[in-house]
Amino acid sequence: MTAPTAEPHAPVTPAPRVSPPQPPNRLKAWATRAPLLPALVFLIAVTQLPFVATLVISLFDWNSLDPDDRHFTGLSNYRRAAEDEALRESVLTTAVLTASVVLATVVLGLLLALLLDREFRGRGVVRTLLIAPFLIVPVAAALLWKHVLYNPDYGLFNGALTWVAARFGDDSPPQPDWVSEMPLLAVEASLIWQWTPFMMLILLAGLQSRPTDMIEAARIDGAGNWQIFRYLTLPHLRRYLELGVLLGSVHIVQNFDAVFTITAGGLDTANLPYTIYQTFYQAHEYGQASAAGVLVVIGSIIIATFALRVVSSLFTEEASRS
Amino acid sequence: MTATADAPTAAASPSAAARRRPLAGPRGRARRRGAALGLLAWLVGLLFFLPVAWMVLTSLHSEQDAATNPPSLGASLTWDGYRTFFGADGGASPWPSLINSVTASVCSTLLVLVLALPAAYALSLRPVRKWTDVLFFFLSTKMLPVVAGLLPIYLFAKNVDMLDNIWLLVILYTSMNLPIAVWMMQSFLADIPVAIIEAAQIDGAPLRTVLARVVAPVAAPGIAATSLICFIFSWNEMLFARVLTGVRAQTAPVFLTSFITSQGLFLAKVCAASVVISLPVLAAGFAAQDKLVQGLSLGAVK
Repeated sequence: MTAPTAEPHAPVTPAPRVSPPQPPNRLKAWATRAPLLPALVFLIAVTQLPFVATLVISLFDWNSLDPDDRHFTGLSNYRRAAEDEALRESVLTTAVLTASVVLATVVLGLLLALLLDREFRGRGVVRTLLIAPFLIVPVAAALLWKHVLYNPDYGLFNGALTWVAARFGDDSPPQPDWVSEMPLLAVEASLIWQWTPFMMLILLAGLQSRPTDMIEAARIDGAGNWQIFRYLTLPHLRRYLELGVLLGSVHIVQNFDAVFTITAGGLDTANLPYTIYQTFYQAHEYGQASAAGVLVVIGSIIIATFALRVVSSLFTEEASRS
Repeated sequence: MTATADAPTAAASPSAAARRRPLAGPRGRARRRGAALGLLAWLVGLLFFLPVAWMVLTSLHSEQDAATNPPSLGASLTWDGYRTFFGADGGASPWPSLINSVTASVCSTLLVLVLALPAAYALSLRPVRKWTDVLFFFLSTKMLPVVAGLLPIYLFAKNVDMLDNIWLLVILYTSMNLPIAVWMMQSFLADIPVAIIEAAQIDGAPLRTVLARVVAPVAAPGIAATSLICFIFSWNEMLFARVLTGVRAQTAPVFLTSFITSQGLFLAKVCAASVVISLPVLAAGFAAQDKLVQGLSLGAVK
């Protein structure tokens, strides 16, 4: 939430929206900037100041259970953070979780968007059905997967296995304990279920904004479905794919609800938000948690700089239009 | 096409006469393929919806029927799950947490609008130098992890005695949604042709009139979409709420997590709770599907 800006140098020349040219006037300049200030000041106060505080706290040896022994310790929290096996693993978990969920949701979302881009009976209903997972409150969705679907004794998955096996006369079908046997996959599946509709919606909007005349022309020239998809649709969708990946990553990197609810960070599923939450909320290691937080922010700045470049190219068209 | 018949809203399907034509030749093959793909879309749609439907069904079962393997589809329906959730059996009442969630979501959404509207107006209709940099600054605050600022906020709240205080959440949710709101509204306001505004100004209309007569009508749907999304994000938020609230200011998602330890013992109750708490978001989201997409993509998708 915090942190210095990664200002991308947007390759944009903001077409001046200046109304009739007016004499440069200090008062006038402030009047145009004034409406921006409340939002800026508020955002800096609530998001950037805490980060500065995190920076300071990260230089202290500070355990809240032992408040008298708070002292400046320099960079040793960072050294410990770098050597911390659990932290390193949670970095890896975060990367795997984010990459796999974003990739799977984009691919599934694209396939679904292509399906829904066709005309068929009840398309509006199917679209509404598909949006539902995205609209379930995340904690509720995680509880739903953990208890109602994954539960080894009476979850829907094992219930369905029992039911199907019974049709074939099998009385003892396999009844896996999904969460403990495949914990990360269990978390990923629930997130993929929640986020695929989001990707589908963005990509569907992209598909529907395709210029139809070009496709018609290509078809007349004898292009097949695959060629049209490969050379017309996919390039057009690029902006939408990038936007989906960006927004999806921003949310899934920070996921807390699913990890917290489904596995409580156990079984190697603790991602960074969960690990930091635990370091400070349960282990009361304030200095340690802050150092980890700062490292996460540095990592995020690197990713965000890259991501913002992507968005800025994405919005170039828009910016130059306005 | 016929295979997917029982849908109430047919989105521009071919006329009945066209459908009765025999399925033969290349056109027939294409049509059969279209029908198969339509059917596939229905199947996938239902598959994605199944967990939601199952949640609703389980919430309407008795606890015994909810916890059977294989599942009992024919079991009689009951409101018991909802009754227990609302505290019929002496459990904690969900009302305080629901009221807290409404307070936090509605108030922060209003605050976001108050702050974001002028900012978006300045960025889209008025000349601000380096406006894209300012815009990207807003977005960059959204990309950095919430957890990194959590501890100082916790310590600050503790020192000024604001822990377990719903207004602290209002402030934090406002900062969480403000960047998105500025982006979205900037993109909606940028759609208003500057010429119209200039024309109104040349005609001597004061700023107030320009805003009310020219800007507001065009921007209203965008503002509505922005509010909706801010409301949903605030309603769903859990990390801040969990760390910074206790008993008094507990929000609905935190109240829900108190069921985690029950290990499915009260499956119907958990489902009823999930349904009730998801209901405002589901209703709002279904009602504004198109606006929702546009908003979630920061106004980039139109």
